[in-house]
Amino acid sequence: MTDQSYNFAYLDEQTKRMIRRAILKGLAIPGYQVPFASREMPMPYGWGTGGVQVSAAVLTPEDTMKVIDQGADDTTNAVSIRKFFERTAGVDTTTATSEASVIQTRHRIPEEPLHEDQILVYQVPIPEPLRFLEPRETETRKMHALEEYGLMHVKLYEDISRHGHIATSYAYPVKVEGRYVMDPSPIPKFDNPKMEMPAIQLFGAGREQRIYALPPWTKVVSLDFDDHPFEASKADHCCALCGANDSYLDEVITDDAGGRMFICSDTDYCEGRRAAGHRGPLNAEAAE
Amino acid sequence: MAAVLEGGFKDAPRDASHAFRGLMTAMARPGTCVDVAGAVPPAPLSVAAGVVLLTLCDPDTPVYLAGAFDCDDVRTWLAFHTGAPISTAQTCAFALGSWDDLNPLEAYPVGTAQYPDRSATLIVERQSLVPSGVTLTGPGIERQAALNLPDPAALAANHRLFPLGLDFIFTAGSQVAALPRSTRIG
Repeated sequence: MTDQSYNFAYLDEQTKRMIRRAILKGLAIPGYQVPFASREMPMPYGWGTGGVQVSAAVLTPEDTMKVIDQGADDTTNAVSIRKFFERTAGVDTTTATSEASVIQTRHRIPEEPLHEDQILVYQVPIPEPLRFLEPRETETRKMHALEEYGLMHVKLYEDISRHGHIATSYAYPVKVEGRYVMDPSPIPKFDNPKMEMPAIQLFGAGREQRIYALPPWTKVVSLDFDDHPFEASKADHCCALCGANDSYLDEVITDDAGGRMFICSDTDYCEGRRAAGHRGPLNAEAAE
Repeated sequence: MAAVLEGGFKDAPRDASHAFRGLMTAMARPGTCVDVAGAVPPAPLSVAAGVVLLTLCDPDTPVYLAGAFDCDDVRTWLAFHTGAPISTAQTCAFALGSWDDLNPLEAYPVGTAQYPDRSATLIVERQSLVPSGVTLTGPGIERQAALNLPDPAALAANHRLFPLGLDFIFTAGSQVAALPRSTRIG
């Protein structure tokens, strides 16, 4: 039930128009960070204020929404954002990836491939990939304008000289359509190859007041070197619950004596596999 | 005068959300023709052009009206429903007109190297939108798409300015298609 005290999807219409114009510019210039007048939202910065504003601007009453936090549908952040839109937009919500038309995500791309009619909205903490290399916005603007991305390669090179390989494992920088270097938000680099997809991807950074976007099938290349090619890495285990070898895994500490297990970070994917009868090492013993 | 007050969105938040989904689909998938509804603007505006104006324009967006579209009916309708100020081609955020009236394209802001988003979006009224003709490739297009473009050479020149450049929304009847600057032409 929509709470009638609020406009549809919480934001007022002029704010939505401003965000919508920024989204269209973002889609027209893939990977470029469009400044927008981010509003205060009824949640703290860092909890997805950018993603929520983008979602509010794209939602229609007929949409079915899914919200994930690190792949999970049942964490505080995901539950509260889902409830927020149930209340202010009256949209249906789901945890099933295939049933959702708008998916707001914090730091994961669902394991199940997305299709054409879906929209993936990322919550972004720091949209500027060069920020930790150059703190001044005036400078990073110029660097993007001049395509001056040497510093990013130096960072990756320093990784190699220090660790023997590129140790950056999340928020791994990508180059979009051969032009802009973009921060894919802190998704694990395991997810980077999935970014060339049939769905529309929108990125919202509330505190930093930036929106950027990737139209479907946009060419997204993870930065690397000829002799150190990009590798989409994950923990070298299978999921303890569903036995999946192809999904991104979370490490769970089980005791204080070094015990640990690995489980799918995407809870919907893991539940779907278990419902289909797949069992991992932990469940296999329990089932017998 | 009564006609001026008519023709806006009946239920602004919901109508605008549907209209924007259509517009976003068009901009994200260049060459795709999308049906939109909700506006009944005065002639010579098409339904689609009316929907685009209602969805995107407000007091923050100067609008340039070209040729036959710069008439009292359109001006007052736009003023009442959006509050958008009328401006010149050089300072506009949105421009509206037929292709011939909107030319030359050099008149419009294409953004700056540091802020390529500070560029105009041209709403071009067409007789019809047909997904055939000039071949389009680039972001948003899996292999290739096609659209009947008014002047492929001028639009290809616009693409060469990337990341600067103009973005185009083509309207005909109740249909919308878009051509962002990122699309390669031919």
